[in-house]
Amino acid sequence: MTPTVVLPVIIAGLYAAGVYLLLDRSLTRVLLGFLLLGNATNVLLLSAGGVAGLAPILPVEDESSINDPLPQALVLTAIVITFGISAFVLAMIYRSWRLVRDEVVQDDAEDLRVATREEIDADDRDPELLHPAERGPGDGLTVEAPPHRPDTDTPSDDVGLGLAGLEAAENESAEAAAVGEVSPTPAGGRSARREEEQ
Amino acid sequence: MMDDLIRVLTPLPVLLPLLGAAGALLVGKHPQLQRTLSILVLTAVLAVSVSLLFLADAEGATSVSVGGWPVPLGIVLVVDRLSALMLVVANTVTLGVLVFAVGQGIADGDETDTPLSIFHPTYLVLVAGVSNAFLAGDLFNLYVGFEVLLAASYVLLTLGGTAGRIRAGITYVVVSLMSSLVFLAAIALVYAATGTVNMAQLAVRLGELPDGTQLLLQSMLRVAFGIKAAVVPLSAWLPDSYPTAPAPVTAVFAGLLTKVGVYAIIRTNTLLFPDGALNDLLLWAALATMVVGILGAVAQTDVKRMLSFTLVSHIGYMVFGVALGTTAGFAGAIFYVVHHIAIQTTLFLATGLVERRGGTTNTEKLGGLAKASPLLAILFFVPAMNLAGIPPLSGFIGKLGLLEAGVAVGGVGPYVLVGGAVVTSLLTLVAIARVWGRAFWRPRAVDTAEEDLEAIRPAAGTAVTTEELQAAKLPATMVAATAGFVAITVAITVFGGVLYGVADRAAVDLVDRTPYLESVFGDRVVE
Repeated sequence: MTPTVVLPVIIAGLYAAGVYLLLDRSLTRVLLGFLLLGNATNVLLLSAGGVAGLAPILPVEDESSINDPLPQALVLTAIVITFGISAFVLAMIYRSWRLVRDEVVQDDAEDLRVATREEIDADDRDPELLHPAERGPGDGLTVEAPPHRPDTDTPSDDVGLGLAGLEAAENESAEAAAVGEVSPTPAGGRSARREEEQ
Repeated sequence: MMDDLIRVLTPLPVLLPLLGAAGALLVGKHPQLQRTLSILVLTAVLAVSVSLLFLADAEGATSVSVGGWPVPLGIVLVVDRLSALMLVVANTVTLGVLVFAVGQGIADGDETDTPLSIFHPTYLVLVAGVSNAFLAGDLFNLYVGFEVLLAASYVLLTLGGTAGRIRAGITYVVVSLMSSLVFLAAIALVYAATGTVNMAQLAVRLGELPDGTQLLLQSMLRVAFGIKAAVVPLSAWLPDSYPTAPAPVTAVFAGLLTKVGVYAIIRTNTLLFPDGALNDLLLWAALATMVVGILGAVAQTDVKRMLSFTLVSHIGYMVFGVALGTTAGFAGAIFYVVHHIAIQTTLFLATGLVERRGGTTNTEKLGGLAKASPLLAILFFVPAMNLAGIPPLSGFIGKLGLLEAGVAVGGVGPYVLVGGAVVTSLLTLVAIARVWGRAFWRPRAVDTAEEDLEAIRPAAGTAVTTEELQAAKLPATMVAATAGFVAITVAITVFGGVLYGVADRAAVDLVDRTPYLESVFGDRVVE
């Protein structure tokens, strides 16, 4: 009647192997992992009833001479449930094989689509930021982009800020340009965006 | 006298659907008979549930020992205000969705698309499982209830066995199996520590355990129920698996199944672990659930997926109420559960109608539905505004109750949560308004543009042409069922005071715990 180390070791081993298999993409391994985990849990439930080796049945003469029957009843129920679900999972694996000739966990197509699509939907965009070809029917507000003139005098930045409009700003405020301050006008910023898109 | 009546009625919500399932299997060759049988059974169950709610509200909690075994040995079913209220809501929803499904089946010409001879028995088994989970008086019976409803849900989710449903079903099944195993392992440890699985006995004995043991058991149960209730970070399975199922199945899953998990969290939190050692953790999980869920919803272009994400997000509200641990918090959570079951089901049914009418649920392709079908627009608009919490609808009442409960508790955590709840509510409105604006409000895109879209995204389903949209008629039964649900959601608003009263009394019972314990043990001293 000494506590045994065997059951905990078995339970731990089954849990470890089961979790490892469950993490696989192959469905057959997932099923095997589930079976191992189910058995690990059943053994855990069984060991909750006390030390092994005694009969669980009455008559009670001495409480230490019988084993607790309740965990065994619970384990029976759990085994039946595991069995039924395993049959269903097997059927699903077979169906998956029939349908796509594959039995791995597949990616969700809609998930991928949402993840990889453009940041903003077409009808949410400011029409002025769109490439002229993508714009809808004219609303009379379209403005031609100012012609791009490369200049070498103005300070340049590497992050693509709207430096094209700096000239206009220079004319208005020479001081700002003198200290190298970048103050792109809205029109300038927009035209730079367009150039990138083109 | 009243007690006797309750004792007779209590097992019926589990028994009737199970017997009905057997009957439905027997008459599987006669679809008409099968439909009538299922609807009759669920109507009877609803009648039983309503009378149980009235009796439980008048008499308090009552327990029934199944098979006459004395209490700690046998299985007990317990009806208190919370479980009776949940039974009524659940059975109303299942009956309504069944009517919708029957309408769809008749409209589709039956057995060609979905094997309806399987649908009805499985659906009834699902109802039995849900009822059993609500009535269970011991942990293992709760586990069996969960397994029954999950097994039925596996079949319903993969109905017809198409490629998309099998793919979604595999994710769902594997994750659910995992949560069940965690639950079962927790039961094993609970039994090893206390020597019982009876919840009333556990309520006494768990409190005597060392704090560390209690924390371990509570965490394991919380993880198991967290997966079922889709609390972030355990919610990733939900938006991938729900949208592919047939419309009525998605509707009933979205409405009910996660709420069974929430019910289990409420029950264990109040009865088994009233000290609330994990409440802080639960509070932050609630915030994460709200925010992550709603950000996911805003990013979606498919109505069903958007709704699935809002479902996850709004689970956060209920968990928030539970995590507060006060009577007001529980009352708010219970009212929100009732409101959300009805509203989420209604929205998914309305989306099912949208799919029939527009041929797709992709908002990039839908358009002009408000003009083509004003009735459908109303059926979608009312619950949508309700979900977003626009006053005076029931969503507003529920959210207000939770926010008040949060402010009453005070402190950093609850105030942050209150802020998060308001932001989530606003973002829900954004997500809903985008769907409304695109699918219903904007004019239909010209057909050439549709072809362009088709070329870019071939995988996203096909929209119907303008002529088809004009010509399509919605089956009357489906519209009537959806309209009935919209009426129910409005009724929850109109009778919000009465309902909140029941939720309040249920919460008082839960926090008090003695009504539950006395109902199980009788008047003798609890040991």
